[in-house]
Amino acid sequence: MLAYLIRRLAYAIPILIGVNLLTFALFFVVNTPDDMARMQLGIKRVTPEAIAHWKAERGYDKPLFWNAAAEGGKRLSETIFFAKSVRMFVFDFGRAEDGRDIAEEIKSRMGPSLAIAAPVFLLELAVTISFALLLVLFRATRLDFWGVVLCVALMSISGMFYIIGGQFLISKIWRLVPISGYQEGVDALRFLVLPVFIGVIAGIGTNTRWYRTIFIEEGGRDYVRTARAKGLSEAAVLFVHVLRNAMIPILTGVVVVIPMLFMGSLLTESFFGIPGLGSYTIEAISAQDFSVVRVMVFIGSLLYIAGLMLTDISYVLVDPRIRLD
Amino acid sequence: MNFLPVLLWTDLLIWLLVLLLVVAAIAARRNEPLRRGWAHVGRNRGGMAAATVLAVFFVVGLSDSVHFRSRIDGANGANGAMPANYAVEVRSLLDLSLGHLRNRPEKSYSEPLALRLYNKDLVQLPDGRQTRDYPRLRYGGSHLDEQGTERGADVAATLARALAAALLVWSACAALLTLGLSRRQGERLAASWRRIWGWECAAGESGESNFAWSAVLAALGGVLLVAAILIALSANYHAFGTDKVGQDVLYLALKSVRTALIIGLLTTLVLLPLAVTLGIMAGYFRSWVDDLVQYLYTTISSIPGVLLIAAAVLMMQVVIDSHPQWFATSAERADVRLLSLCLILGMTSWTSLCRLLRGETLKLSQLEFILAAHAFGLSHRRIIVRHILPNLMHIVLISLVMDFSQLVLAEAVLSYVGIGVDPSTISFGTMINSARMELAREPMVWWSLAAAFSFMFALVLSANLLADAVRDAFDPQIAGSS
Repeated sequence: MLAYLIRRLAYAIPILIGVNLLTFALFFVVNTPDDMARMQLGIKRVTPEAIAHWKAERGYDKPLFWNAAAEGGKRLSETIFFAKSVRMFVFDFGRAEDGRDIAEEIKSRMGPSLAIAAPVFLLELAVTISFALLLVLFRATRLDFWGVVLCVALMSISGMFYIIGGQFLISKIWRLVPISGYQEGVDALRFLVLPVFIGVIAGIGTNTRWYRTIFIEEGGRDYVRTARAKGLSEAAVLFVHVLRNAMIPILTGVVVVIPMLFMGSLLTESFFGIPGLGSYTIEAISAQDFSVVRVMVFIGSLLYIAGLMLTDISYVLVDPRIRLD
Repeated sequence: MNFLPVLLWTDLLIWLLVLLLVVAAIAARRNEPLRRGWAHVGRNRGGMAAATVLAVFFVVGLSDSVHFRSRIDGANGANGAMPANYAVEVRSLLDLSLGHLRNRPEKSYSEPLALRLYNKDLVQLPDGRQTRDYPRLRYGGSHLDEQGTERGADVAATLARALAAALLVWSACAALLTLGLSRRQGERLAASWRRIWGWECAAGESGESNFAWSAVLAALGGVLLVAAILIALSANYHAFGTDKVGQDVLYLALKSVRTALIIGLLTTLVLLPLAVTLGIMAGYFRSWVDDLVQYLYTTISSIPGVLLIAAAVLMMQVVIDSHPQWFATSAERADVRLLSLCLILGMTSWTSLCRLLRGETLKLSQLEFILAAHAFGLSHRRIIVRHILPNLMHIVLISLVMDFSQLVLAEAVLSYVGIGVDPSTISFGTMINSARMELAREPMVWWSLAAAFSFMFALVLSANLLADAVRDAFDPQIAGSS
């Protein structure tokens, strides 16, 4: 298993390099640093000196890939590509537009993001799997039919509607919790209840339907017929046999997102004013802070690859037939 | 000419797509499995009701995709002495038919069916003094007296008229349908009528005999009723209220339909060729082609979607902003931004379909009939086009219909984040975004949000229902288990 994981890690490197090249191409080859400077400083009435100053301040005043003016190894290292892209691999992220250290910012914002994303993830899993099992248990009855109709309706509603509607109903009309904001410590609970609740509700439609499809597909297999034939009750068949065998497709979809929980949710955090990584990303996008967006892309892909590896490991844990070697 | 046709890029592509759909439909009629699949969809009541509603949205969106600039120096200048002048503003057929909605701006917010503005303002009293009060709207309910006492009665009468009109039109449609069916099948009118509602089954087993006409008629009835009410009310009122700059919200919601359709449809036009070619090539040729394609889609899908889109959109914005000379009108600039958004969405979302197609091609190319084709010495191209592609069509079809609703929902989120359509493009996202600022107001301005969300809900729900019907009909796993 260790050998397998090391091999997987080796596979991850070309992918990360690819991601890095892709973002580098997007940010520096499609546009020159001059374009970006003009964008940041305002399109009109900008002097060449201001642009040069802006570039020098941020280290964009170097050649892209090859610095012919420098000597020795500095020909490669004194370039935008090296300074901005290669250094990410050692988690040297540089500074944001407002001068703050991006790595520090990310460290301090991970907590609030996780405080919302993790409970949403766990509750969502519990609620939707139970709901889907209920629908499958009453398969082809009225309960199943209307349950599916409800799911289709729920998944047709925009995620923003859940947030706006929830804020309006629970915070404004009923005044149960504050509309938005965040505090450290135990006080955070007051601010987290509503976003977590809304996060769970918003995902019910899509996820329940997905689990229901998995369970029904699994329920059509031969071993299920055998289990029924030996006289097991429908509930026993479902919970003991179908649920356990459905773990593989469930894990495939679920484990991959666990590391991504650190990234937080863009919409929830920005609507509820939670100082997490999601709102950090949105702020960076609206302030057109390219360095932060670039870093978030890198971290996102890193976490995704970690999720893929976790998925493989989880297969071994639930299915004795699978060995990684 | 009294107008100058303007062909926006998205117009061109959307009509091209319509043409493609027509060609595909004709081709599908000749293909037995496809025809059987669609007949199955046709028997699905929910699916056909959804298709009817979707068709109405398409009519709205397509009529909004014929653009022109109208002439401003009057018709008498047409005898060639002067070069004609055309308005800078680009309009569409939909604008033309909704002229009464577009040309009645109020000053600011007003509630649905309101007579007065939502905010207090300086009002000139008849005796010349000024006071702060809620001023009367310029157009909304202007046919009523100063106090607006008979508004309730007027609205009720309008509703009754709308109901009668909807009933009349619906009966005419139902009668025409019955007549048409009875002509075609050569049976009595009463029999056709009973068959439409499923009270009596046809003797023959032709595909049309079980077509869910009842669902189509029921959905049509609902749409006609809503349309009649809105048309009747918006003659004298702002049925959905007005927004911050006094624009009619109903007009905005109708204009948003086109943006949603463009995003949902044109994106698939980008994603489809990429996913199909790369997926089939990877699964069919294997070895280094497979490695390359797998590397490509793992790399792209490892970047979180929103971030990749954000990065691409930010960069595109810089390109557009630094080349203002490319665009003659602001509509053209907004249109290019919309088109590149579709392009970016397509480039970032082809990976999942590609993965599915690769897997299925791998499986297919192991089967005997492909081996036989190889043994007969068919060329690779012929095997792919004649034997592999047709067997993948169901996957493509299902994922296309399912992606549509996802894309419509995504547009709103992207516009909220600030990486969606141009702020001057009317879309559900921009509507929600501008209304969001007013949520903190007391009492709150809810009607723009309500209109945007309910239009979006209707569109996405019908797309989802149709997607379900298509999946039931074409997915062999589901078709096998039921």
